[in-house]
Amino acid sequence: MIAFENVDFCYEDGTQVLFDVNLRVPDGTTLALLGASGSGKTTLLHVLLGLLKPTGGRVLVDGQDIVPMREKALSDVRERMGVVFQDGALFDSLTVGENVSFYMRERMRLDEDEMERRTLEQLKYVGLSHTMDLMPDELSGGMRRRVAVARAMAAFRPTIMLYDEPTSGLDPITADSICDLIRQVGTEQKLTSIIVTHRLRDAFKVADRLVLFRAGRIYFEGTCDLLRAATDPYIKRFMA
Amino acid sequence: MRSLFSVLGAQVRKGLFEVQYGTALTVRAFGAVFSGGAVRRRDIIEQMDVLGAGSLGIVALTGLFAGMAMGMQFSIELGVFGAKDYLGRMVTVSIIREMGPVLTALMVAGRVCSGIASELGGMKIGRQVDALRVMGIDPVSKLVMPRIVAVLVMLPILTIIADTLAILGGWGVGTTVGHLSFDTYWASVDRGLTVQNLLGGVIKPMVFGVIIGAVGCTSGLLSAGGARGVGRATTEAVVKASILILIANFVVGYVVIKALGWA
Repeated sequence: MIAFENVDFCYEDGTQVLFDVNLRVPDGTTLALLGASGSGKTTLLHVLLGLLKPTGGRVLVDGQDIVPMREKALSDVRERMGVVFQDGALFDSLTVGENVSFYMRERMRLDEDEMERRTLEQLKYVGLSHTMDLMPDELSGGMRRRVAVARAMAAFRPTIMLYDEPTSGLDPITADSICDLIRQVGTEQKLTSIIVTHRLRDAFKVADRLVLFRAGRIYFEGTCDLLRAATDPYIKRFMA
Repeated sequence: MRSLFSVLGAQVRKGLFEVQYGTALTVRAFGAVFSGGAVRRRDIIEQMDVLGAGSLGIVALTGLFAGMAMGMQFSIELGVFGAKDYLGRMVTVSIIREMGPVLTALMVAGRVCSGIASELGGMKIGRQVDALRVMGIDPVSKLVMPRIVAVLVMLPILTIIADTLAILGGWGVGTTVGHLSFDTYWASVDRGLTVQNLLGGVIKPMVFGVIIGAVGCTSGLLSAGGARGVGRATTEAVVKASILILIANFVVGYVVIKALGWA
């Protein structure tokens, strides 16, 4: 279970981005964080990752408050999380295979054969076993996101998957295939997933529940059907 | 007037923050030298190859032509006083004490400092640094420490190569333009190759190496504002490193003079 309790976040220059956010994400569900640019959805994801410290409130991951944790303790919590950053955040100087095996090489001290086997297994899972020796700049946008999913899965065997704008900049067909992959990973691995997006189509496709942010506050929380049926003018404008 | 003060205040605060951040980064990098085992040793060796061996060409050319130019100028001036026999010693002492370390450091700063700043800046903007943190890998241990250690180790080696080529360049010009004999030049060089000179000539590049690595990493990791921000950070890194090298050259030179008895 992931829970945000009265979370506020303010940048050093005084700009407040999150206001009293209260949110619960039960295990095994997929939540989509929606909202216009600058509404605070990515900031909330970074707060959950411990990359940003909230200025108020608590963030609970499986009952543990991560806000007071130092980097070392946070890395234990992060081992339960797989993250796909916007545009994949693949390491440019490494091949696809090296990107996927990066965590194994750095932290797990496996032998080369085992690392290669696991890497290939993850790349096969995302349908990119033929890209092992390619460099990230030789991949299309959709392929980069798939490799990022493979890297996240290979790294931690996570119980929580976080996606930051995983379909931004992709054409509708490729975006659909990424959504299918997110859905497949979530269902098959029984993961709790949070996906940050501003594309309603993607949110409806992958999410069990939706949260709409407006100016740092939760404006709507509910199912896809509830959002579709909403009569609120702002929601209607957002969905238009 | 008020806005001028506020602008100046903001610049001073930014400068102080960068100094504080860079110092903390360097201290943390040295603290991480012995962590990480074989993986980090591989990172250091890789960086030594990229940053050090990759700079060999420009450093060799710089050393050779600096030595040739000095050989030519000293040969003319010493000839006026009938002291041409001292050419080898003059070239050797000037190169080892001052020109070799400074010129090599400035050339390496231009190439390496900008490279480090742009690479780390790009990684920061592309969220690759965040990806490392999320994987539980300390970016200081993975990115900063290997680069600082690599420059720290490689710069003295590059300086020695530059010094050697400069002395050879001085010999080439001294014998052709200055009409010195082989034996006269090298006997004079030998008198300049004292332990104090050699030690001082190695201490300086070690300090400059830390400056280059630390400034490059600091500028890269503090860059913000997309590709334009990375470009700005890259340029600023070279300028800051070059200025700090010149300041450190005086300070370290003074300390070495006092400690090793050059004067």
